[in-house]
Amino acid sequence: MKITYPHMGTLAMVAEQLIEEMGQESVTPHRPTRQTLALGARYSPEFACIPFKICLGTYLEGLDRGADTIVSGGGYGPCRAGLYGEIHRGILNDLGYDPEIIFLWPPLKKPVDFIKKVNLLKGPSSWFDLVGIIRRAWAKLSALDELELLAQDIRPRELRKGETSRAFNRGTAYLDRARALSEIAEAREAALQELRKVDLDEEADPLKVGIIGEIYVQLEPFANIYVEETLGEMGVRVRRSIYLTSYTKHDVLSTKGDLRSKKLAQPYLPQLIGGHGQNSVGDVIRYARMGYDGVVQLAPFTCIPEIVAKSLMPHLSREYNIPVLTLFIDEQTGRTGAETRLEAFVDLMEQRREKMSSVEKLPAESRLSYSSAL
Amino acid sequence: MIVGIPQTLSFYSYYPLWKTFLEGLGVEVVLSRPTNREILEWGIRDTVTDACIPIKILHGHVIDLKDRVDRLFIPRMVSVDGRATFCPKFLGLPDMVRFSGAKLPPVIDSRVQATRFRSGIIPFFRDIVRQLQVKPKFNWLVSAYQACQQQRNYQQLLLTGLPPLQAMRYLETDPQVRADAAGLAEPAGGNPGSKLKVALLGYPYVLYDPFISSNLYQRLKDMGVDLVTPEQVPPRQMRRLSRVLPQNFFWHYSNRVSWSSLYYLEKPGRVDGVIHVTAFACGPDAMVDKFVELEAKKKKVPFLTLTMDEHTGEGGIQTRLEAFVDMLRTKKEREEKGAG
Ligand code: SF4
Ligand code: SF4
Repeated sequence: MKITYPHMGTLAMVAEQLIEEMGQESVTPHRPTRQTLALGARYSPEFACIPFKICLGTYLEGLDRGADTIVSGGGYGPCRAGLYGEIHRGILNDLGYDPEIIFLWPPLKKPVDFIKKVNLLKGPSSWFDLVGIIRRAWAKLSALDELELLAQDIRPRELRKGETSRAFNRGTAYLDRARALSEIAEAREAALQELRKVDLDEEADPLKVGIIGEIYVQLEPFANIYVEETLGEMGVRVRRSIYLTSYTKHDVLSTKGDLRSKKLAQPYLPQLIGGHGQNSVGDVIRYARMGYDGVVQLAPFTCIPEIVAKSLMPHLSREYNIPVLTLFIDEQTGRTGAETRLEAFVDLMEQRREKMSSVEKLPAESRLSYSSAL
Repeated sequence: MIVGIPQTLSFYSYYPLWKTFLEGLGVEVVLSRPTNREILEWGIRDTVTDACIPIKILHGHVIDLKDRVDRLFIPRMVSVDGRATFCPKFLGLPDMVRFSGAKLPPVIDSRVQATRFRSGIIPFFRDIVRQLQVKPKFNWLVSAYQACQQQRNYQQLLLTGLPPLQAMRYLETDPQVRADAAGLAEPAGGNPGSKLKVALLGYPYVLYDPFISSNLYQRLKDMGVDLVTPEQVPPRQMRRLSRVLPQNFFWHYSNRVSWSSLYYLEKPGRVDGVIHVTAFACGPDAMVDKFVELEAKKKKVPFLTLTMDEHTGEGGIQTRLEAFVDMLRTKKEREEKGAG
């Protein structure tokens, strides 16, 4: 099988490893580009959400590079994402492609189905091999998360703009090549070292912003027009509400999702609404309580659950006294437009912080260690 | 106590049920005005810009009601069959309304979450009684029973092809008038062979709202087209078709549209064309529309999508409809000649 799959942040790297270790060929997708999006958008319904369009573009590119199988996950809450597989299949067939499409559901929801599909994917490797394969994938996933967190911490304090991102890319390249557990551990160390070498402004006390919203646009920098990097380089320390490891724990290996946020959301939205809508509501409250300076909500244009969440934002922002910026993203969203809005938002947060600190001094140690924010 | 019900969204499917029940409890039920330009504009002003048209319109209806009622009735429609839920915007509807910023009367947001409609409806009714804090004259179970009866009659009427607003009016007139009208309700004969039959698919709150849909239903009737909608697919058929797809949609109304498209396209000649009416910026519809389009293409049945937005210009719609209907007519004539 020659397998291609969606590109979602650093996950692609781990997926490649999984597939190759199972003895299949991976047609590894590259980071989506404007062309990918344009290609996907051409054959997608106009109001499909942007992850749908990007994924379709990625598949088309992969199929043209010889892929014959598409693997994707469908467990992002009972939302449109759960239907991507069937609709993508319809569109691809209509265009004359006939790939195998394997759509993975969270194992606890449809255990039999999941095992069947894994059996198909794992090819010649035994179930025993699989344990090792998964352990190595998990090690890499955790290392990548660690790297991201550290990068998010130092980027706002870097002295030379862009240095963190460059160090981060070098670091992920080390990890990309590592396969055995010992190699992964070594690459992780080397990668963290790269980041620690970045010269920092030790005085800086960056603003803290929580990024919330729909999973794909949170995790894929192309889809969120590089919000993390942009904010970081404006001197903001960001945290996302979703990291790959936490997502795997909360949403893939459990059927409940992130209970903390859901609980906080109860008084405002006492109903699961699919996607990450309820999380978004709870996450605003969580970040406000942790003393963050603001929240950026990311959502694909026409994203149903996030629109519901957005409707509650003005109220939450007032009640919990935390600024919220919502960015709805579609094909037309350009980087410059978003940058202007982010800049204005950062200004607002800075003014707000000054005003607040003149009233009462903020706790001096407002930097959180990254594990506490996860 | 006056309870206000917005005349949109699930109103089209469940109004007789709610009204009968609420009146049985001794409260007065008031409807918002039919959707009009003013309501639409209020809605646009008060809703997040990215919401779909029906949700914006709902907010307009809420504004229309807010000063004349003591309670707003916006039930949380979660599920009526125990499997599919309603669109997430229905699930969060009471909350979206409550936190919309306008000063509003309290919202009754009882949850409809059923395994099968009948069995799940009792907790819903009980919750309404609790939230209203009324002392019903009779046992509320009596009203609940009557309400379910009325709802059944209503659904029966819809199956015969009466559009919702007419069916509701029909239910409210007294039996004598009804008996007289029954004769008239039957469509005037004509030549059944050559009459065009079109499946008009979409959500009831779009299809049957003359304002949002720019009177689509009537326009097509006026062109002499026979219409069938999801409301005319027998429940048993719906249940059967719910088992044929590898993956159903997750949302109640979307499923109804996709299953009806399967139903009407199942046998050649059941319909001559398919029109899918979608709402601007509707999330689910992006998927449903593609589905119906591909399905119609497979069966070689002409297909037209109409998207209803804030500015659905009457002229534009009329021309597109006429062109489509003409095309269907020519096609049908050619085929009939070919066959004969
Ligand atoms: S959560 Fe939003 S982006 Fe994801 S499938 Fe649903 S509508 Fe699309
Ligand atoms: S189904 Fe579509 S039109 Fe209806 S509420 Fe949901 S998004 Fe809006």
